[in-house]
Amino acid sequence: MNWLRKPSSTPLWRDEFSVFTADERYVNRRQFTKFLTLTSFGMLAGNLWILARSLFHRAPSFPRTPVAATDELAVGGVKLFAYPTADDPCILVRTASDSFVAYSQKCTHLSCAVYYAKEQNRLECPCHQGFFAIADGSVLQGPPQRALPRVSLERKGGQLLAVGMEGEGA
Amino acid sequence: MNTNAPQNRGLTAIDGAMVLIVVLLIVQIWLLSATLESYLAGHREAAVPGAIISAILFAACLGLYRFVDRIDSEVRH
Repeated sequence: MNWLRKPSSTPLWRDEFSVFTADERYVNRRQFTKFLTLTSFGMLAGNLWILARSLFHRAPSFPRTPVAATDELAVGGVKLFAYPTADDPCILVRTASDSFVAYSQKCTHLSCAVYYAKEQNRLECPCHQGFFAIADGSVLQGPPQRALPRVSLERKGGQLLAVGMEGEGA
Repeated sequence: MNTNAPQNRGLTAIDGAMVLIVVLLIVQIWLLSATLESYLAGHREAAVPGAIISAILFAACLGLYRFVDRIDSEVRH
């Protein structure tokens, strides 16, 4: 950062490696201040990266994908599937005879896979004990701050189709 | 120890500037984490004000650094 220095007759190396104790206190403080300023630039770079991601964000496309047959699962039964891409694991739960819900299987805390706890009727993350409501995916307990993204389902004849994602990050 | 000596006065000014930079940096770290949290939650509208405020905080840090550099060169040269 030589361009930040005021023009001086003293060469940089003599400035930075002073033999005088009194001068050294200044050099240490100036270098530490430079380090803090560079850290501040790092924070700005992080914010700019988020801004760039926001500006160039493309809305994901959600194909209509068959997930399961309606008679495939018993009440309380679970089926794992991937939606909208093969890298997005989801979980389908039959909560009543005519009620199905599906959520992203990635915990919103650190992306561990959530599972359905039938006795408690909730989705649980085994890593840090994050619990989610089966009705809407909202957080019941634990470190996650955000609800699970929900998969929109449509019934067509005897088939359940995934048609979109609702909620954060979708 | 003479606290009124130019050398010590310069050090006091630099220490004050350093404390200010640390405070600004803490605010900037919080701002980055809050913006990231908001972005991951799908609220992309927070990105623009986050970047603007972060740029202002960085400019303040840069100004304080230049102040430290100026004091340093004035006292020692």
